[in-house]
Amino acid sequence: MLDTKGYPNRLGLRGWVGGGRWGLERYLYTLHRLTGLGLLVYFLLHIIVTSARAFGAAAWDASMARVTGPVFVAGEYLVFAAFVFHAANGVRLALVELGWAIGRPIEPVYPYRTSVDEQRPLAVGVLIVAALLAVVGGLDFFVLH
Amino acid sequence: MNAPARVTFRIRRFDPVRQSPPSWEDFEIPAVAGMTVLDGLRTIKETLAPTLAWRSSCRMGVCGSCGMFINGHPRLACNTQIAELGSGPVTVAPLPNFDTIRDLVPDLRPMFDKHAALSPYIIRDDHDEMYEPTGEYGQTPEELEEFLQFTYCIKCGCCMAACPTCATDPVYSGPMPLGQAHRYNADSRDGGFTTRKTALAGDQGPWRCHYAGECSRACPKGVDPARAIQLMKRQLVFDYLRLYSQPCPAGVVTPAPASARRPDVPEAPAPTVDVSRARTSPSC
Repeated sequence: MLDTKGYPNRLGLRGWVGGGRWGLERYLYTLHRLTGLGLLVYFLLHIIVTSARAFGAAAWDASMARVTGPVFVAGEYLVFAAFVFHAANGVRLALVELGWAIGRPIEPVYPYRTSVDEQRPLAVGVLIVAALLAVVGGLDFFVLH
Repeated sequence: MNAPARVTFRIRRFDPVRQSPPSWEDFEIPAVAGMTVLDGLRTIKETLAPTLAWRSSCRMGVCGSCGMFINGHPRLACNTQIAELGSGPVTVAPLPNFDTIRDLVPDLRPMFDKHAALSPYIIRDDHDEMYEPTGEYGQTPEELEEFLQFTYCIKCGCCMAACPTCATDPVYSGPMPLGQAHRYNADSRDGGFTTRKTALAGDQGPWRCHYAGECSRACPKGVDPARAIQLMKRQLVFDYLRLYSQPCPAGVVTPAPASARRPDVPEAPAPTVDVSRARTSPSC
């Protein structure tokens, strides 16, 4: 039995990003994770900020005063954009993980056509929907208000 | 496209005796038309670096030994021509997400351990028939198509090297073992879904896959493990909702009735087993 001390070669977080040689869905995978983590951080901050209400109206007003201004509006818009992408891509993932939009198994004949190619229209559609919603949200954040 | 007259190979070397970090070494060799990366490695070993180590065998994309990280992508060295890699040096590193044993040799044992843990074989309870077959288990072409694509897997590890979840999660089983588990779950002759379901629960199972799709793109045989994993998830969800019950495994087919033979076709040899005892799995 071979027993050597191998050198660790796990890509780690570099494996999420890759070197530009990966496909669209890999970047959607990474973006889905990053937006998910971003939304989680936002929810934690949201709970901390709004919990000031438990200490009275003055504490609430002071807390709200700290999170106003253009920087926080831009930040909130980023949260909104992250939510839009995460939700739309989540619908795609739910569909794909239930076996929809990926096609049936086929005999592999070169050049291979994979399930990733089958669901590509769905992925592109999701990006379009997310972009449209982000634009509409941007109008609301920066123009109408 | 013509290959350049000379080509530079930039190879990641690692010596397990020294245990110093891997380093890159350049080798320039003559390029010939149709030269594969594996051909280049053999030329380098014969003329420039006799200690260079890698794993290969069949040289025709069948054995799955020569998976390497070539120009930033997992590929089979025997299946990759240097001309298709464009200009510039050919960078060759061992498959990532596996420990490196030496130079370009990855330690694939964790992958094979995970593969074995998911019972990648036909599971039935008619042991007598399994070990002393009296005939063939019947299967329609449509039933065959449900898993045929996944049988082409050569266990090269390219999918594991491409998977971003495998890049950060050592517990996750990965595309090859999971794809092969579904290959058997989808086989109409198999009755092992319940057995594998237990092994598929938890962090090692398919729920850590979030469909980056890279395994299917990297697969040199078109096996599409991402599709197998998603189909497995559907099966598991439907099973959880009690909307799925595994059908009885295919039974032994009765032989076709004798028909008139063409006179120019010789008789088949006498059967060596008794095919008259057709039956289905005793549990069904």
